[in-house]
Amino acid sequence: MEEMCFQWWVFLFCLSFLFAPQALSTLDSITLMYPFFYRPMFEVIEDGWHSFLPEQEFELYSSATSEWRLSYVNKEFAVCPSYPPIVTVPKSIDDEALRKVATFRHGGRFPVLSYYHKKNGMVIMRSGQPLTGTNGRRCKEDEKLINATLRAGKRGYIIDTRSLNVAQQARAKGGGFEQEAHYPQWRRIHKSIERYHILQESLIKLVEACNDQTHNMDRWLSKLEASNWLTHIKEILTAACLAAQCIDREGASILIHGTEGTDSTLQVTSLAQIILEPRSRTIRGFEALVEREWLQAGHPFQQRCAQSAYCNTKQKWEAPVFLLFLDCVWQILRQFPCSFEFNENFLIMLFEHAYASQFGTFLGNNESESRCKLKLQQKTMSLWSWVNQPGELSKFTNPLFEANNLVIWPSVAPQSLPLWEGIFLRWNRSSKYLDEAYEEMVNIIEYNKELQAKVNILRRQLAELETEDGMQESP
Amino acid sequence: MEHIRTTKVEQVKLLDRFSTSNKSLTGTLYLTATHLLFIDSHQKETWILHHHIASVEKLALTTSGCPLVIQCKNFRTVHFIVPRERDCHDIYNSLLQLSKQAKYGDLYAFSYNPKQNDSERLQGWQLIDLAEEYKRMGVPNSHWQLSDANRDYKICETYPRELYVPRIASKPIIVGSSKFRSKGRFPVLSYYHQDKEAAICRCSQPLSGFSARCLEDEHLLQAISKANPVNRYMYVMDTRPKLNAMANRAAGKGYENEDNYSNIRFQFVGIENIHVMRSSLQKLLEVNGTKGLSVNDFYSGLESSGWLRHIKAVMDAAIFLAKAITVENASVLVHCSDGWDRTSQVCSLGSLLLDSYYRTIKGFMVLIEKDWISFGHKFSERCGHLDGDPKEVSPVFTQFLECVWHLTEQFPQAFEFSEAFLLQIHEHIHSCQFGNFLGNCQKEREELKLKEKTYSLWPFLLEDQKKYLNPLYSSKSHRFTVLEPNTISFNFKFWRNMYHQFDRTLHPRQSVFNMIMNMNEQNKQLEKDIKDLESKIKQRKNKQTDGILTKELLHSVHPESPTLKTSLCFKEQTLLPVNDALRTIEGSSLADNRYSEYAEEFSKSEPAVVSLEYGVARMTC
Repeated sequence: MEEMCFQWWVFLFCLSFLFAPQALSTLDSITLMYPFFYRPMFEVIEDGWHSFLPEQEFELYSSATSEWRLSYVNKEFAVCPSYPPIVTVPKSIDDEALRKVATFRHGGRFPVLSYYHKKNGMVIMRSGQPLTGTNGRRCKEDEKLINATLRAGKRGYIIDTRSLNVAQQARAKGGGFEQEAHYPQWRRIHKSIERYHILQESLIKLVEACNDQTHNMDRWLSKLEASNWLTHIKEILTAACLAAQCIDREGASILIHGTEGTDSTLQVTSLAQIILEPRSRTIRGFEALVEREWLQAGHPFQQRCAQSAYCNTKQKWEAPVFLLFLDCVWQILRQFPCSFEFNENFLIMLFEHAYASQFGTFLGNNESESRCKLKLQQKTMSLWSWVNQPGELSKFTNPLFEANNLVIWPSVAPQSLPLWEGIFLRWNRSSKYLDEAYEEMVNIIEYNKELQAKVNILRRQLAELETEDGMQESP
Repeated sequence: MEHIRTTKVEQVKLLDRFSTSNKSLTGTLYLTATHLLFIDSHQKETWILHHHIASVEKLALTTSGCPLVIQCKNFRTVHFIVPRERDCHDIYNSLLQLSKQAKYGDLYAFSYNPKQNDSERLQGWQLIDLAEEYKRMGVPNSHWQLSDANRDYKICETYPRELYVPRIASKPIIVGSSKFRSKGRFPVLSYYHQDKEAAICRCSQPLSGFSARCLEDEHLLQAISKANPVNRYMYVMDTRPKLNAMANRAAGKGYENEDNYSNIRFQFVGIENIHVMRSSLQKLLEVNGTKGLSVNDFYSGLESSGWLRHIKAVMDAAIFLAKAITVENASVLVHCSDGWDRTSQVCSLGSLLLDSYYRTIKGFMVLIEKDWISFGHKFSERCGHLDGDPKEVSPVFTQFLECVWHLTEQFPQAFEFSEAFLLQIHEHIHSCQFGNFLGNCQKEREELKLKEKTYSLWPFLLEDQKKYLNPLYSSKSHRFTVLEPNTISFNFKFWRNMYHQFDRTLHPRQSVFNMIMNMNEQNKQLEKDIKDLESKIKQRKNKQTDGILTKELLHSVHPESPTLKTSLCFKEQTLLPVNDALRTIEGSSLADNRYSEYAEEFSKSEPAVVSLEYGVARMTC
């Protein structure tokens, strides 16, 4: 019951963001928010702020390759304000070169390693757009950096998450895209993923459609269609599958960027990892993924998920980028229900905490804000400290999980991509019967484990008895 | 056999239905008397029953051969390319002939031989006994009795011989009423609710025109309402849209005038007719068969097809019916035009909501036998078993199955059977492999001597029932006595596993359902193992206490022999051995998925880049 209340509270809180941005706009400082006053009612066994350090993540690759190194060039957040202090870059590129590349990439986001595919050594890198401008500026160091990731004679793909048109228009504002003449070993693919207010409008339309129970069938279907939500899901998943396909099937490394490299870029890099990397389908691995590809990679959570709460004038930055990512993960989870260690509740929980939380994890827009300005690590509690307690984890564990070491290719046909009812219809209808069925399923699985254990004990017992008998009978 | 000119064609290509790059498998096509068979180079077999073929189309000749598109009634679509036009033409003509038989005798059921003797066959037909079913409902009783009026199909040819009517309705009343009802289908009992003493009755529309009345019909309705001791008011549900019913008045038919009948409440519920339903399904299939379908086209197609709207209408009508009985304790008379399509849908679905028996495997068979087969739903015409009027074909029964599927989605523990059962039944209403669904009414079935010449489907399904069990079914929960589904629009979803049954690439790659089902099976086996082991241990222990003295003696003489340490019978049970098959992730090959198309676009434009298309990659661990 308590939990119910809490969830309601969070939900209403979220709703207030969605529909009444002015309501809470008087709070003009993050430091007045709940996480700064929250005192945990549980004993912290493992401090989540230190659970996923870049050094540890790097160690996972370093046994397989020596082509990469950790760089501390951004230690003071001077080279790239939205990057973490430690990033992984090609070994052959020194910090001086990185500084130069940073001046050529949007927001200083020079290409860094996002994922290393152990199977064939191919990598996913991500960055901001190159600042070519209208006169086609180039940067030798940039070209050298990304070529350094290719093996001799190999080609790579650059996946631009904007349409060619949008990318061309970006040149007028100083941005742009990699000219193939200057990057002859790379082939550019444009996969358009929508951004900002278009996504926000989509979410608002969808929530509106779901909340009006008086819609007849035609109206409901046309509202669902008009929201375009599932179109966005399909676009994002398709881009992620394409990225994974390049890596795993084509054996080609890729660089992914959009404009800033903090939204659609992260959707694609993180989903590609869900497809490619079994570890990211475990609870811990997924937490590490969110930490690495979203929090440390500088997805501006404050602007995207919470800003409207205290500053409605800049509401245009609001966008459900992270929710779309979670929805895409849910879609894959639905298609591979036994391949994930976590269940739907885990994803719902992350959605709730990204929008409103007693923990500091999703506060701020990047590491420099959360570490230096807000001092979240000192002043607030990490979400992971709470989630990773055994008692909490059990709620988020998928009873069907069986480690699956394969690359999992989801279907992206519209018939295979349903609406995420657990999020969008959750408050509009009772899920009592579905919950009971889920419990029954858990019971069957638990009972199976019990029986297996019992059979094993009995077999051992019988074997011992037989051994004893055998000794008796032996002359 | 005279229709088959070519029995085998080699080097035939089977195209992937959804691939925009015409990806294909090459293999050999065989034509048998009953099936079309394609064996691809991986030795995978695709069997298509001739009766399942809804349409065959020969498209314009291409450079690689002659395309042949076959659409099946079970929603399978296959696209072959036959290298030589002559072969294609032969196959095309043969299939045209074989898929549209002119007479019942040529249907598969009359040649199908599952190697049963006559008494087994007869037993199979006796498995479902409707007299037994009425007894289960509690009739005959003091209010309802079996009428012999239609014993020789004299009053109504499309009704069964045995009909239950109110005890106070005399034969002249019945005969009089039947003359006032379309096709003589007068009001009779469909379901009796023992607790509420209320009844669901069914009939066809009255021949009321603009002003005609029939005293006997009025009496019969009154008798029905009197047979309910609790509530004298009864509902008359006309399942048609009001406009359609009014239009029928001009043709001398129509609906009941409340003024002429005492104690009735008249209600339209607005389910569309068979023609609307047929074209609705056609539109739906057109939309979801599109290559490279976008999300928006899918939903706008789903909306404009109106399919889910129709499903919701049927469901809403059934809920109205169930509520009249449970909440108001009122009897209900249901009709449409002829009382064999919409009426069957609403009566059967309403009974299913009310009575948990119909949610069991056996009960569901009984329900279909009663409200569909015996009351003369025209299966042969609606399913197009014979080469007949295409305007009589309509997915009325498919809609019923879909409504049941929606209920299983909302109440995952209320049904003994799973989706697989519904799909299997759907398969067989078109297969003509068994006699159950042949013909259009009981009289016709008797004339065809189906019980002597064909087999009944039900015993075969029952024998295989393990495959159709719902592992989460909870028979104990009494709460499920009456189902109250939620019919807010967002609860209705596209039934992918029906309409894309054979498009494996669109399905989830792992099935929770199969996994739980196997685990349930395994649990039963484990329980048995535990019992066996416990008794063996007990035996051993008894034996040991007997020999304990000798043992102690021997023990000091013979030191432990190391070979005896590991016993042969002791093996650690591996977790879930039954699951190995499940781990094969079907359709998981990359090339099956549509995002590869995007890769193809750029691989085409630049030949230096290797194509991203791959053959079938096996995802087996």
